[in-house]
Amino acid sequence: MIKVYTSSVIDAPADRVWARVRDFNGLPQWTPFVAESRIEENWPADRIGCVRNFRLRDGGTIRERLLTLSDFDYECSYSILESPMGVENYVATLKLTPVTDGNRTFAEWWAEFDCPAERERALAEQIGQGVFQAAFDSLKKALAR
Amino acid sequence: MIRVRRSVVIDAPIERVWAVLRDFNSHSAWHPAVGPSEIENGEPSDQIGCVRSFTLKDGNHIREQLLALSDRDHISTYCILDATLPMRNYVATVRLKRVTDGDRTFWHWESTFDVPRGREREFDQLVGGGVYEAGFAALAEYLRRDGRADSRSTASRSTAPVESRGVVARSFGGPDVLQARRLDSPAPGSGEVRLRQTAIGVNYIDVYIRSGLYRMIEPPAAIGMEAAGVVLESRAPGFNAGDRVAYACTPPGAYVTVRTLPASQLVPLPDDVSDEAAAALMLKGMTAEYLLHRLHRVKPGDTVLVHAAAGGVGLLLCQWARALGARVIGTVSTEAKAALARANGCEHPIVTRGNTFAEQTRRLSAGRGADVIYDGLGRDAAQENLGALAMRGHWVSYGQATGPLEPLSLGAKSGTFSQPVLFHYTADHLHQMAGRVFAALRDGILRPDVRHRYPLAAAADAHRDLEARRTSGQIVLLP
Repeated sequence: MIKVYTSSVIDAPADRVWARVRDFNGLPQWTPFVAESRIEENWPADRIGCVRNFRLRDGGTIRERLLTLSDFDYECSYSILESPMGVENYVATLKLTPVTDGNRTFAEWWAEFDCPAERERALAEQIGQGVFQAAFDSLKKALAR
Repeated sequence: MIRVRRSVVIDAPIERVWAVLRDFNSHSAWHPAVGPSEIENGEPSDQIGCVRSFTLKDGNHIREQLLALSDRDHISTYCILDATLPMRNYVATVRLKRVTDGDRTFWHWESTFDVPRGREREFDQLVGGGVYEAGFAALAEYLRRDGRADSRSTASRSTAPVESRGVVARSFGGPDVLQARRLDSPAPGSGEVRLRQTAIGVNYIDVYIRSGLYRMIEPPAAIGMEAAGVVLESRAPGFNAGDRVAYACTPPGAYVTVRTLPASQLVPLPDDVSDEAAAALMLKGMTAEYLLHRLHRVKPGDTVLVHAAAGGVGLLLCQWARALGARVIGTVSTEAKAALARANGCEHPIVTRGNTFAEQTRRLSAGRGADVIYDGLGRDAAQENLGALAMRGHWVSYGQATGPLEPLSLGAKSGTFSQPVLFHYTADHLHQMAGRVFAALRDGILRPDVRHRYPLAAAADAHRDLEARRTSGQIVLLP
């Protein structure tokens, strides 16, 4: 089991950032790598247990299940059901915390998963930088004041 | 219950920020609101359960206990044990998180506590703004300076002595041995501070030291035990140039314009305590504090006998003992001093030139006598004090104006005799003692009455007037 942790500071109030990221079906609106997304079986995107099915710009398809969603803690977590990445037992959490100094947001995103030992380094880089940090960067741009 | 939360992003790696914050006693080095701080009982600052005892720059005193510390999660949790602020059930947590984007640190500081109704907003601002936000900015600056605690003063630090003028006793003797001289103040060493003094207190002990009764100097040497002033240079954590401070300590040497001394002797002055009040109150106020609250705990209904009730310590003892609910009897030398003592809480001033007061004391206390006698008179009043003492009473000899006491038996009264020294109390309790004096001043319990001001160079005149009993209240010298 390895853990990947990425955190950043977004120059917007936490409620604004949360409004953007809490939509489990909203990845195409704020990440650079998701082309389209839908919630299976027409469930609401904030119903625990719902599954998002999204297509990456590079063509791959990923299915993820919503495990927790807290408007109180600005936190959500999800697991991967199917993906082309070759990971097992993948659970990720995205969490926001207000920074009172400057009314900004401290954003954390981490994942734990299993994979073959020789792929750990590459996957950690791909997920930590290619996914989480890249998503934070586009959030920063989208919410710039 | 109120909850205060503040957070910030510090532009330094988490390891550097945590190295400072995990040290439970580091706050005096970087937090601008924190004065001197120490971990009690010499414990290490990462010992779970250790207690830090510190003074805020506003004069408040706080004891906090470390409840939890995690190097893995970068969390420190602590609570307030005692504070001179009305905060109850205060528990705070400092938590750091790594900002991988830019190798910075997210710092979250949060607490919950109770305050008196209606003061929630005030305390949210005091704790959230005055402590947490001020701490954020100061730690960031501290890290920018590379953790050099005294680098602000380093910039202007000189190793040269600073010219100072002082009053020395040329030899042991009368007031005439006092002489104004140039006395340079050495550059502060590590843990020391150099002050420009603004007001100096005069005490009867200064007379004893000048005359040689107490052998505390080798003439020629400056005398004087207390003063207030402003920090010129500091090589001690918790003190910065410009801070207002006061002290009362040994060795003598306070009759000077600039003085260098160990920071451990200094107390930060709250904004609402003037330099003159501090110079007048440090030694005499802390004397009253330990006499009434530590050596003997005066209770409502106690009969207290205060000698020289219109003197510097006497007036403070009368004010404070009365506020504690005691019946206060005092001795004075003139009717005018009796009126002054009465106006300061002494219910029954006894005017006596010949130290005769035992019978009156018994009469004024329905035959019982004094439960505690605060005696600065010494030899000539000894028999009368024994006569004035209540059964199982406490005779406290804290000065000997008429000469040293000779051994005598207290068996007839089952009496307790104490011969305390202020500095043996301040050695361990300085900040608590000064804090209680400042609080009593704020509450109007202690009302210093500086009636006599002399230029520093005229210290001999002050001594002449003090010895001739021409003064009352407190005396200060102004540099």
